[in-house]
Amino acid sequence: MAIEKFPVEASHILMFARAIGDTNRIYADDEYAQSTEPGSVIAPPTFVQASAQFDPDYRLRPKAGEAWFGSGKEPTGVQQTSSVGGGGLHAEQHYEYHRHPKPGDVLTATVKPGETWEKQGRRSGKLIFSETITEYRDQHGELVVTARGVGVRTERPVDQT
Amino acid sequence: MALSASQLKVGDTHEEKVVENLTRTQIVQYAGASGDYNPIHTDEVYTTQVAGYPSVFAHGMLSMGMTGMMLTNYVGDGRLTKFGVRFTRQVWPGDSLTAKATVDAVREEGGQHYVDLAISTVNQDGTEVVSGYATARVDP
Repeated sequence: MAIEKFPVEASHILMFARAIGDTNRIYADDEYAQSTEPGSVIAPPTFVQASAQFDPDYRLRPKAGEAWFGSGKEPTGVQQTSSVGGGGLHAEQHYEYHRHPKPGDVLTATVKPGETWEKQGRRSGKLIFSETITEYRDQHGELVVTARGVGVRTERPVDQT
Repeated sequence: MALSASQLKVGDTHEEKVVENLTRTQIVQYAGASGDYNPIHTDEVYTTQVAGYPSVFAHGMLSMGMTGMMLTNYVGDGRLTKFGVRFTRQVWPGDSLTAKATVDAVREEGGQHYVDLAISTVNQDGTEVVSGYATARVDP
């Protein structure tokens, strides 16, 4: 998996900041941002996760002409072929910032798989963890953010009791 | 406003309420902004009837994003060098979250001062939903 072009745009940063409830003007007001230490609008710390928007193969986005696993007429739009009951959840996320992305950057992301491991979960049966490492580089090839994510597939939905 | 190493002590804390009564609409807003449209976050029919959860729940990354807001408010804009978390519990509509940073270490490396922080975000019952760490550049 790779993302060839992730243009960092001011309006996207604005929408992302609104979604996490962050009213810091550095994400919304270019004139104000010029008076701050970074000197421009910058992206909030978790913004690179929105690179999913620019991943052509991203699995968790409905695509025209393809069946979607969310509900329509029926509770799901696809036949459940897997016996895995719980599905995938996000277990960990780690970021290292070499600098903070800003509007005008055009990032690329290269993704490589990391380790996988298993654990017996108290609330969800067998857990299968898998790690991915994503390097975000800018238009000059400089490393901007290194991200390490850990996903987990659970044997059954996580028990809430 | 940036923090100063000379004024930070191990054990200092900064805490913020980052969401009160989380709405399904905010979760939808996060799906739209992040591009993660997994229906377990926005589609109650799918989530209760197919995925087997009592209701939709927040993206882990929404909890991390809200926790990050507390962090940048504390350490200042553009100062974070590291931020990592584990998602320890799911976050549900109606939850109210409080995010807290505790100073673990204040140190100098290559002439630059840093603060290392332990991060914990809890829900209205005091149950931890996000546990992690961060490092930020600070002034001398």
